Amino acid sequence: MLLAVPLAPLAGAVLAGFFGKAIGRTGAHVVTILGVLIAFLISASVLNDVMAGARFNATIYEWMNLGGLKMEVGFLIDGLTAMMMVVVTFVSLMVHVYTIGYMHEDPGYQRFFSYISLFTFSMLMLVMSNNFLQLFFGWEAVGLVSYLLIGFWFKKPTAIFANMKAFLVNRVGDFGFILGIGLIVTYAGTLNYAETFAKSHELAKLVFPGTEWMLITVTCICLFIGAMGKSAQFPLHVWLPDSMEGPTPISALIHAATMVTAGIFMVSRMSPLFELSDTALNFILVIGAITALFMGFLGIIQNDIKRVVAYSTLSQLGYMTVALGASAYSVAVFHLMTHAFFKALLFLGAGSVIIGMHHDQDIRNMGGLRKYMPITWITSLLGSLALIGTPFFSGFYSKDSIIEAVHASHLPAAHWAYYAVVIGVFVTAFYSFRMYFLVFHGKENFHHKPFPGEHDHHDDDHHGHAHTPHESPLVVWLPLVLLAIPSVIVGYLTIGPMLFGDFFKDAIFVHGEHHHAMKELAEEFHGAAAMALHAFTSLPFVLAASGVIVAYVFYMVAPSIPAAFAKALAPVIRVMENKYFLDWFNEHVLAAGARLLGRGLWKWGDQGLIDGLIINGSARVVGLIAGITRLVQTGHVYWYALAMLLGVFGLLSWQLWPSVLGPFMSGLSGR
Amino acid sequence: MNLGPITLGHYLSLGGMLFALSVIGIYLNRRNLIVLLMAIELMLLAVNMNFVAFSHYLGDMGGQVFVFFILTVAAAESAIGLAILVVLFRNRATINVEELDTLKG
Repeated sequence: MLLAVPLAPLAGAVLAGFFGKAIGRTGAHVVTILGVLIAFLISASVLNDVMAGARFNATIYEWMNLGGLKMEVGFLIDGLTAMMMVVVTFVSLMVHVYTIGYMHEDPGYQRFFSYISLFTFSMLMLVMSNNFLQLFFGWEAVGLVSYLLIGFWFKKPTAIFANMKAFLVNRVGDFGFILGIGLIVTYAGTLNYAETFAKSHELAKLVFPGTEWMLITVTCICLFIGAMGKSAQFPLHVWLPDSMEGPTPISALIHAATMVTAGIFMVSRMSPLFELSDTALNFILVIGAITALFMGFLGIIQNDIKRVVAYSTLSQLGYMTVALGASAYSVAVFHLMTHAFFKALLFLGAGSVIIGMHHDQDIRNMGGLRKYMPITWITSLLGSLALIGTPFFSGFYSKDSIIEAVHASHLPAAHWAYYAVVIGVFVTAFYSFRMYFLVFHGKENFHHKPFPGEHDHHDDDHHGHAHTPHESPLVVWLPLVLLAIPSVIVGYLTIGPMLFGDFFKDAIFVHGEHHHAMKELAEEFHGAAAMALHAFTSLPFVLAASGVIVAYVFYMVAPSIPAAFAKALAPVIRVMENKYFLDWFNEHVLAAGARLLGRGLWKWGDQGLIDGLIINGSARVVGLIAGITRLVQTGHVYWYALAMLLGVFGLLSWQLWPSVLGPFMSGLSGR
Repeated sequence: MNLGPITLGHYLSLGGMLFALSVIGIYLNRRNLIVLLMAIELMLLAVNMNFVAFSHYLGDMGGQVFVFFILTVAAAESAIGLAILVVLFRNRATINVEELDTLKG
């Protein structure tokens, strides 16, 4: 039964991928949607069982046994897994349905369905795993599918550049991740989660050999570097904004809702290890805070509708990471879940706008779309409200809990992170509603298109003509509505059991004595409604509201103000437009450095040392010796004859010398 | 001037001298392949001289039997040598030893 959850989407992927031509476009989306639907229904029933207290942890198949190290395929089902399964399959199902509308003109229709089903399979393997090997398998598989989907329009050079970038940046993270797993295998001697966690207290006493660092700290930081790559944390975040080159449905599914949260999930899953290292938690706090605040700033100046949402995703992932650092794992996972819903909604809404705008993504070309796309408008509004943390919306519960948890944390870095996340609230509200106002309200700019669309992918013939936007078809707006519902209510419904109940009781471990953020949070919690009412007077709400108002004033009432700001802060804007020069740094320092090193090794090491000295050198030595000896080979017979005679003479003299000269010599000396 | 009886040493010296003469002949001769063949014949004669001398000195007839064999073989060999020489002359239009250096490496 459990096995069917990952295998159903896999079957769909295989059918759509290998027999796509045979089953046709309709066949491809039917089999894949059916596979994901089966997975979703079983996941829902699993969640139901888990809420009733059922747990499952067993090995399904033993792949190999290497000197006592078992490599297995197994499932661990507890609250964390069940929740992730439902979120993944639900969002995936919505995206599958949405794709029917979004991609229906695309020649790679079957291929696309095959990829997203394969992604669903990989992600389910990742979250359901009960050991590090399977986790790593799922981890790499989602990375692979992400690579394939970013470069889905493989004829577009920017897409190819973006998928290469995503792949390479993820390699950096995965290198850390595999080092972390290696340390666990070395010191715990097992790949299984439960067995590793049972030994965690022994591990905590060890010191990393040759240094004074605690082993657990090194391991946790290595694992977290993996999470940084996958969850796009500073400074490994550079791939995520570029990944928007892919089709919008996968931006929603992979680069907002599920894959990028794999890092958050992994750290929560490893909470028994991370809890033992305050250093690692501080590190996580700092990285998360940087990402949450500074990536939010970048969202303000973006003009591509998808990039705004992408930077917002980065910023929200930063929030989750901050929550992890504050030991509020359940809050992080809670935000993961609410974020999956409203960010998938926002992305699909953006996709719907893109369809309506005939694949123009520049928000400066939009405006006033409210009239033309009412469903997209209302669902995007709900998504934006959830994102900025309006009380009673799901995003409010999770984000407010994160801020409170950071406030309650006593780690040294928490103080700093607190300011970052609080300012981040204002920034989030500002960029969300900047986009919202520019797209759905104000002047209708699409009639004359002041800015030529830079990010058009289809070479369809709509360009250059001013077209009136239209509402998207049913398959597109239905997922929007279905995602809008949980975006609004899921926080209210689940905050109690997820954060303060025992839903995550045996999945997440918090070291209560050292990290009492959750305990303090629980003491202040008096029901979801009370929390929301109380929030109207709190600082984050004031900040969020002022963010919305400022956005309204700037972009609706007086558009001259942002222009004036842009002029006054030109150097700052320039830095931000260049994404803090991180891409520049990566390209000109890291990549160029690597190229320089490669060129050096190639020129000096390979061509000079190996080819030049060892291979050609030995040949040259042979040639040199031969050159000398060939002087002897005159070609004249008499020389050979003479050499032979002299040789015979020499050999005979050498052999006969003692017997001929010996008596003579002894006679001489005897005399 | 009395040089005394002719001893084995004299014969061996004569053989040695003949041999050395033929070696010098091979080496110094730069023009004519026929002279080279003659020098080789001379070399064999020097060896024969040694054989005869030892045969007589040791009272063993085997040595002189060998001389006949060697003479026969030498005759056959010079016949082959001359035949090669004729073919060589046809091909290269020269028997100048100096010019026969195709073995040069």
